[in-house]
Amino acid sequence: MGTEYVAVCFTILFTIATSLWLGRYMFKVFTGQRTLLDPVLFPIERLVLRVTGVNPNEQQDWKQYSVSLLVSNIAMWLATFAIVSIQKVLPLNPDGIANMEPTLSFNTISSFTTNTDLQHYSGETGLSYFSQMFAITFLQFVTAATGVAACIAIIRGLAGNRLTQLGNFYVDLTRATARVFLPLALLVGVILIWQGTPMTFEGAVKATTLEGRAQTIARGVVAPQVAIKQLGTNGGGYFGANSTHPYENPTPISNFAETWSIAIIPMAMVWTVGYMLGRRRLAVVIFVTMLAVYLPMVTFAVAQEAGGNPAIAAMGVDQSTGSMEGKEVRVGAGLSALWGVTTTVTSNGSVNATHDSFTPLGGLMLLTGMWLNNIFGGVGVGVINMLIYVIVAVFVTGMMIGRTPEFLGKKVEAKEMKLASLALLWHPLAILVGTAIACSVWATTADPGTALAWLENPGAHGFSEMLYQFTSSAANNGSGFEGLSTNTPFWNMSTGLVMLLSRYIPIIAPLALAGALAAKPASPETAGSLRADSATFGFTLWAVIIILGLLMFMPVAVLGPIAEHLTLR
Amino acid sequence: MVKELKRGLLFTVVMMVILGGGYHVVLWAIGRAVFPSQSEGSLIRRADGTIVGSRLIAQKFTRPEYFQPRPSGVDYNAASTGGTNYGPSNADHLEAVQKRLDAVTKQEGVTAGQVPSEMVTASGGGMDPHVPPGAAELQATRVASTRGVPIERVRALIHAHTEPPALGFLGRARVNVLELNLALDETLGTVKAAAGR
Repeated sequence: MGTEYVAVCFTILFTIATSLWLGRYMFKVFTGQRTLLDPVLFPIERLVLRVTGVNPNEQQDWKQYSVSLLVSNIAMWLATFAIVSIQKVLPLNPDGIANMEPTLSFNTISSFTTNTDLQHYSGETGLSYFSQMFAITFLQFVTAATGVAACIAIIRGLAGNRLTQLGNFYVDLTRATARVFLPLALLVGVILIWQGTPMTFEGAVKATTLEGRAQTIARGVVAPQVAIKQLGTNGGGYFGANSTHPYENPTPISNFAETWSIAIIPMAMVWTVGYMLGRRRLAVVIFVTMLAVYLPMVTFAVAQEAGGNPAIAAMGVDQSTGSMEGKEVRVGAGLSALWGVTTTVTSNGSVNATHDSFTPLGGLMLLTGMWLNNIFGGVGVGVINMLIYVIVAVFVTGMMIGRTPEFLGKKVEAKEMKLASLALLWHPLAILVGTAIACSVWATTADPGTALAWLENPGAHGFSEMLYQFTSSAANNGSGFEGLSTNTPFWNMSTGLVMLLSRYIPIIAPLALAGALAAKPASPETAGSLRADSATFGFTLWAVIIILGLLMFMPVAVLGPIAEHLTLR
Repeated sequence: MVKELKRGLLFTVVMMVILGGGYHVVLWAIGRAVFPSQSEGSLIRRADGTIVGSRLIAQKFTRPEYFQPRPSGVDYNAASTGGTNYGPSNADHLEAVQKRLDAVTKQEGVTAGQVPSEMVTASGGGMDPHVPPGAAELQATRVASTRGVPIERVRALIHAHTEPPALGFLGRARVNVLELNLALDETLGTVKAAAGR
């Protein structure tokens, strides 16, 4: 395991180092400064805005911005829903994939429009190449860009002084797509093809194995999708097996490139925020606070997976390389645990090992990442979630020291706190109520094992599977404890609704909050002001995250993973 | 509102052309020009052009003269990949592991403590093309005696086909099972040919 720890540390350090550079680049892009790539990318941006009919100088207040955001997402939803529903007759379908069934289409398109990428289908058998390219990969770009745009607008609001305009949604959306995601995806895509990820329009290949058996090998337009699924914190796999499939993640180099891609933009966004607010120290405080949650989680998960499964150890098997059920040899247990924690804190949801087969406490770290959902978080939305926690921490500290809470020189009052609470509390509400409904359906059905046949695993682990599914939907993560058979009307509809509400409530409420704060005058900070860019505040923020973000999940954590851990020997 | 919806639909169409079309075509062209073998799926062809498989995709081996890959939750079906999704405490899972362990210890004539866990656990995608060097070493005696060759020659092939971690520390050392088996047939002859010699 020795070199695996080195690899884990190296991956994290390399990603942090490069995030500094990317954070500065994104700051330049969103403040209209010149960058090196302008000659190639600016024409694309201009073309898109011209066809869309957007005047780049048009400014929008928070309501207009939100309307553009919602309506554009509705348009994307409708267009891609149409594509998967008629994919059988569309071109680029060499393997003759049938049309998608309506409740599965609803779930799939809602899932990809909300940047969740929860999948109740398997790519090999569920989608044509045309759907993969024009529905799935398309959505993986533009929904990631939607999150970034919302975040940038909110930052403008926080930085503003008696400001009513937050920018132009389509300009931000286009810049994020064409000037941030597109060049990075091309770079990662080339690395993946080099390592062995296929990129072909030809259909599945029929092989005759060395022992004379027939083997059909599904392939396709894989590399472009894998690149953006990682960079855009989407996570939806081209194949059912996601990045455990050797085609999606062929080598340790590709595994490194993909782990980097998962975390790079969420990390860089923190620095971008610091530049845009003109407060680099605040960015450092937030980044270090995030690391203070992330690093212990990684360390704990790596130790759990490296420790192996005690029930298998009892059989006398050599488990010196850790728990290997559901894991790949070229990756190993340590880098699987690093990926697992990174993909769940960032709302990505791609996997390089089956999460259902993680050790119970390793699996608890995956759930914890999604319960918090603000440690780097999804592209754009992770920072938004964190800013909500910052505002709550400001409020809590203000109450403790008996002053009117202020953030960036602006008073945080009842209206702001209501909006922040709405954004904050929706998340546990969706998870806990959703899981409770699923449990009661299970409990009130006669002979549920046969009648519903949802759960592959009995007991506490079965409970964890249902909990994980609603957690993943509410966190817009998309990974799953895939032993749960989810392609049923109940799961398609319930998680589809949870994904939609859990995407747009935590975007629109903070936009309203930013609109309210933008309109307020910024008063100069004095010696008596609470300094948000101090180590003391960082510690307070950390405590607020742990207490507010995790305590309400304690009962379900005990019922699921902790109960399983205690019974496993 | 109609104006908004029109903007949304126009944006969707133009971005679909750029991302669904252009982006894919650029990567396809680069792949075709620079990495043609990887682009089509790292396929392995025989001299007569028939496809044996892909070097990245595990295939089923049951004959004693070949090395065997890790267990697969989907029986090496490369058109529908996936893991077992068994939780660590699942009784069915533990029973399956025990069964595989009994089979391996019997087949290789070793004790449980000599069996690397990789050989009794299913991989994530069910397509893991690699085994750790120790798992190949475990099978070397059987392969050599079935083929009637000295074990050193088999060990030398394992050694030649062991890939170290990338850059010395990324990922793990591993042996590609299909390539190793092809090398066995190539250098030691297929078993039928060996019997006739």
